[in-house]
Amino acid sequence: MSERDIHRAIDAVWRIESAKIIATVARMVREVGLAEELAQDALVAALERWPQSGIPANPGAWLTTVAKHSAIDHLRRRKLLERKHEEIGRELEAELETAASFADAMAEEDHIDDDLLRLLFVACHPVLSPEARVALTLRLLGGLTTAEIARAFLVPEPTIAQRIVRAKRTLADARVPFEVPRAEERAERLDSVLAVLYLIFNEGYAATAGSEWMRPALCEDALRLGRVLAELAPQEPEVHGLVALMEIQASRLRARTGPDGEPVLLLEQDRARWDHLLIGRGLAALRRAEPLVGDGLPGSYVLQAGIAACHAQARTAEDTNWWRIATLYGLLMQVAPSPVVEMNRAVAVGMSAGPQAGLEIVDALIAQKALEKSHSLLCVRGDLLVKLGRYAEAQAEFERSARLTQNDRERRLMLALAKTCLLAAHH
Amino acid sequence: MRFMMLVIPPDYATAEPGTMPDPEHVAEMMKYNEALQKAGVLLALDGLHPPSAGFRVTYKDRKPTVTDGPFAEAKECLGGYWMIQVKSREEAVEWARRAPMKDGEIIEVRQVHEFEDYTPEVQQAAEGFKEMHEAAQQKK
Repeated sequence: MSERDIHRAIDAVWRIESAKIIATVARMVREVGLAEELAQDALVAALERWPQSGIPANPGAWLTTVAKHSAIDHLRRRKLLERKHEEIGRELEAELETAASFADAMAEEDHIDDDLLRLLFVACHPVLSPEARVALTLRLLGGLTTAEIARAFLVPEPTIAQRIVRAKRTLADARVPFEVPRAEERAERLDSVLAVLYLIFNEGYAATAGSEWMRPALCEDALRLGRVLAELAPQEPEVHGLVALMEIQASRLRARTGPDGEPVLLLEQDRARWDHLLIGRGLAALRRAEPLVGDGLPGSYVLQAGIAACHAQARTAEDTNWWRIATLYGLLMQVAPSPVVEMNRAVAVGMSAGPQAGLEIVDALIAQKALEKSHSLLCVRGDLLVKLGRYAEAQAEFERSARLTQNDRERRLMLALAKTCLLAAHH
Repeated sequence: MRFMMLVIPPDYATAEPGTMPDPEHVAEMMKYNEALQKAGVLLALDGLHPPSAGFRVTYKDRKPTVTDGPFAEAKECLGGYWMIQVKSREEAVEWARRAPMKDGEIIEVRQVHEFEDYTPEVQQAAEGFKEMHEAAQQKK
């Protein structure tokens, strides 16, 4: 193997193992930022030694052992070793002398899951800004390098590097404990974790500005993390709900753009191009979530996944069960009310009860001055007006919508719709 | 990117119908499956009945002929597969290295074609197929 091949192989091992190594070391040093640096030291050692020695049979165990060694050294140096630590140190040294065999690695699996979950909760801690949570989660749990994160978010590498350094410092200064939050705090903190994963997914799903419609690599990263979380916290319905939602949305990635990269809206998509493997996975995740929902209302991810599943299960756009979707949006308005949800409810009501009923919901939103800067609401209104045969008004809405959108391709789509209205009005 | 990890067990080409995997090996395999699942990379997996329980359809002059297995000419045949989603080819190599296979077993790893991998001509042909299909439906 050439040196370059070895480096690429090490990258792959790192992506698979880094979260577990960082989590294991964090349990020892009780500090996530420090744990990450010690794990990085192990990576550096691998980069120095493996080109000569070859990749060890169990590279994960090798890296973990080296990282644990540095952790012990570090604990000593900092003279943080009270008696308790010394005991841990002795135990660890004995363990290290026998080297991590496969059986040991298996025994370690028991608490590695808890440690990974702790790591995820800390990376998504509310003391951090949302951007910092995203960067730290991709770095610590996703195994992405700073450069990869920077590329994914289209920002300069030093910006991300600084964001990560600051985030680690904030966690240390706030003395955020390395633990899974207790019962009363848990639901809220889990929400934060789920929000971070969904933010990463959405960043990949639709770039908010510029001409690039999507960056699917981030979708894959978010899905991977979601699937990992589903195994770490299998009793949480919202975790499976989020995974279901992301799997089903990702199933449409291929169908979302036409041959020239132009966006294709959900109902116009060629359903044969949907990824039925991912749809199957999404529906399975939803089936895992449903029995876990208690007597109350389902959470917002389970509801959103339910809506996505309605679309996924319709063989043609005309077969869509809009009554069910309207009902689910109604429930979503109860658990997570927002103007965007209400706008989507208007679409579903428009499709089931008729465009006039949908338009009334949209006009109520406009009367409340909700979503004033949203091109989507104008687009929805335009669409309902088209269905009512009010083409001139519809054309004006699409044109206003085109002026508001930040996305070049969306702008072209809106202008095309406006032109269609113009032609229809003259027929 | 997605990869199929195709398992080629020795002697499976001539295995009797109803041949079952060894329970101990299955238990080991389950641990590996679990590792793939926990890492969030596993998309799908399946085990296949031996070829003696299957059949082949061969085509000559556009005419299909069905032949029941086993197939004398086949030396290697599939026993099952995993489909994984990873960031790089090297990551697929690393996962395949970790599979608890027995002596003589082979895993052949192949990348799954993404639509974007196809040349513009092939993509266009695939689009055209859809239109042709719709036109045919309308004529009926």
